[in-house]
Amino acid sequence: MRPGSAPARGRSTISGGYTEQMAAFHVTAAPLDVQAVAGLVTRDSDGAVATFVGLVRDHNAGRAVRWLDYEAFAPLAVKTFEQIGGEAAAQWPDTRLAIHHRTGRVAIGEASVAIAAASPHRGHAFAACRYAIERVKQIAPIWKHEHFEGGEVWIEGATADPADDTARAAALERACT
Amino acid sequence: MHVNIRLFARLRELAGAAELARQLPEGSSAHDAWNTLVAEFPAMKDYGGSISCAVNEEYSRLSTLLRDGDEVAFLPPVSGG
Repeated sequence: MRPGSAPARGRSTISGGYTEQMAAFHVTAAPLDVQAVAGLVTRDSDGAVATFVGLVRDHNAGRAVRWLDYEAFAPLAVKTFEQIGGEAAAQWPDTRLAIHHRTGRVAIGEASVAIAAASPHRGHAFAACRYAIERVKQIAPIWKHEHFEGGEVWIEGATADPADDTARAAALERACT
Repeated sequence: MHVNIRLFARLRELAGAAELARQLPEGSSAHDAWNTLVAEFPAMKDYGGSISCAVNEEYSRLSTLLRDGDEVAFLPPVSGG
């Protein structure tokens, strides 16, 4: 590099089958690449990008988990992610979100969800990233089918209601405390 | 009228199908479609208080009136992340 020239930008790092035109909100059966997800929302004006990667763990509720099969209503899930992005932008106007969620069989230790929140300010990036995963768990039409030693079970959590302001407020409180 | 019903996760397993085509009376709501399903698959009754629904790939109230050709999806409690 010549003295005084700008270093190459890192955000073109693309791997794992990701393309440069990939959407910020995405449901895929392919492995997730959090670095690429972060690159989708980071701008020169950002001072921070907070990322969250949800992993499939080897235990749940006293059971030895072997793997998870994720099922999604993909078009509605993408719309739900867009809604979450809009909510975050309303709360933290200078902050952008990307949310990618996996479907199909996901092995222990693999990523099931990757989220990036980019902002000029680290506080907003951290808060928006936490808010996003809380909201994904509340309203995204996605289900875990847990395969454990000795059986299998559908995991059923929250009744999804994107218009429920109480749930939204609870997610915001978790993000900001 | 003709509606397409989509089912996910355990509801899909209880019905043995991800998609069902059904004829419903004109003026039927999403809730009426649900009641039709429960009559056909009684094990779904337990989900009556916890399902969400989506009409034509948009979250909707169960009171939403359906039109000919609509797709209505019934969603058990979610567990993404």
